[in-house]
Amino acid sequence: MSSIETGLYDLGRIDLLAAQDTPIHRIDPRAKIIATMVFLVVVASFGRYDVLALLPYLLFPVTLAAIGNLPFGYLARRLVVAAPFALFVGIWNPLFDRRAMMFAGHLVAGGWLSFASVAMRFLLTVAAVLVLVGSTGLSALGAALGRLGVPRAFTAQVLLLYRYLFVLAGEALTMRRAWSARTSSRRAMSLWSYARLLGQLLLRTYGRAERIHAAMLCRGFSGEPPTPRSWRFTVRDGAFVVGWSAGFALFRLYDVPQVIGRLVMGVLT
Amino acid sequence: MIAVGIRVRDLGFAYPDGTVALEAATFEIVAGESVAVVGANGAGKSTLLLHLAGILTPARGSVEVGATRVQRATLSEVRKMVGLVFQDPDDQLFMPTVREDVAFGPLNLGVRGDEIDARVQEALSAVGALALIERPSHRLSFGEKRVVAIATVLSMRPGALVLDEPSSNLDPRARRRLIELLRGLDTTLVVATHDLDLAAEVCSRTIVMDRGRVAADGPTSAIFADKGLLERSGLEQPLSMRACPVCSRPS
Repeated sequence: MSSIETGLYDLGRIDLLAAQDTPIHRIDPRAKIIATMVFLVVVASFGRYDVLALLPYLLFPVTLAAIGNLPFGYLARRLVVAAPFALFVGIWNPLFDRRAMMFAGHLVAGGWLSFASVAMRFLLTVAAVLVLVGSTGLSALGAALGRLGVPRAFTAQVLLLYRYLFVLAGEALTMRRAWSARTSSRRAMSLWSYARLLGQLLLRTYGRAERIHAAMLCRGFSGEPPTPRSWRFTVRDGAFVVGWSAGFALFRLYDVPQVIGRLVMGVLT
Repeated sequence: MIAVGIRVRDLGFAYPDGTVALEAATFEIVAGESVAVVGANGAGKSTLLLHLAGILTPARGSVEVGATRVQRATLSEVRKMVGLVFQDPDDQLFMPTVREDVAFGPLNLGVRGDEIDARVQEALSAVGALALIERPSHRLSFGEKRVVAIATVLSMRPGALVLDEPSSNLDPRARRRLIELLRGLDTTLVVATHDLDLAAEVCSRTIVMDRGRVAADGPTSAIFADKGLLERSGLEQPLSMRACPVCSRPS
């Protein structure tokens, strides 16, 4: 199976995950977006050497993934795909930051601590976004963002992009197969061939865009895509936002691992 | 939905590169009639349909839908009356889910509240696709996309339904379902197709297009019985009207 095909199936799996019916899936997408935004801001607000204090925040993506029936293996694989970016950002820290710091009773270089902090924050933020997408679906997310005030022109572009990504990728796959079927050797596609394939795709995209626009006009489109979804922000949705936000604030004000450590040490001594 | 008639008079159109697509096309379709538009590739069928839906406006001549002449000022009114189903359902289904796609047209017409849900359910039920209501459009099979594409237009309750090659790429079962669906509609129907067997089953009248002109216009059975006309127009007699190749008995 080609990488395009694998990518398509992988992307399509988000739809299947988002189509489940669990308590997390039933939460209003706006509530999930707001809670995730609060989560991202709070996680980003920690100091560059904070590592252990970030641990309690794992509770958010792990709880949502567990209740939302999102496979941890799938989420982990997606995290691994995005990991090189975080590694690239943090890998230089141990080289340039060599100041000695205390960590769990040991002396370590500050660069390693900040690297661990970057990695931890990457893990938390990407996991939270993956859980948000997996439990909501891109189309509902786009519509909810529109409801939250993001310009409709932007959300409509995102939704159309997502909708036609599959069509475009399907066309790219067909062209790639046609190329392979007429290529006697098993060598990889040359840059020149790729460039021509992309050119053809661009031309086809242009033609399709015209036809889609005509189809929209036929159904009364006048520049503003309507949304039929009925939106009700219930008490349960409000409690979801308030509850998690309060938890994030609590973890931010109190270093929970340290408090637990002190308690344990107090009991032992 | 109240069926509307269509009147085309001396219609002419050329694309910007100079290709003449329509030349003095003239015909009239009465409200509730089912008409097939057939012809070879490049005969002008699709260009004609785009004129009926007001996507293209006449360079010469006129198109009237009901009592409304198709022109820039009347486009929104025309599009309320004429529902165009495109050849490729991926062009027609641009919203993320089936529900949103079927609701798109009525919402643009100003329909709101419970009436939207009622229209969506009614249209999807009419095409036998109510079970697909929550599915993402891009995850449907081709046959499913085709019937949902028809539902996206039916939900607007158009007075005339215009379909471009509705049976292309359908498997026999999906094609049969489509034929039954089209036969059950009580609106004016215009079907551009190469599938003459479908035309014979669905449409009582056929217009033959040849190089932008109306080459023939009459009852479907009479048109399809004229082998010479069909051959001159780049077509073949439908299989259902040909004699058995083994015993030569008429089918």
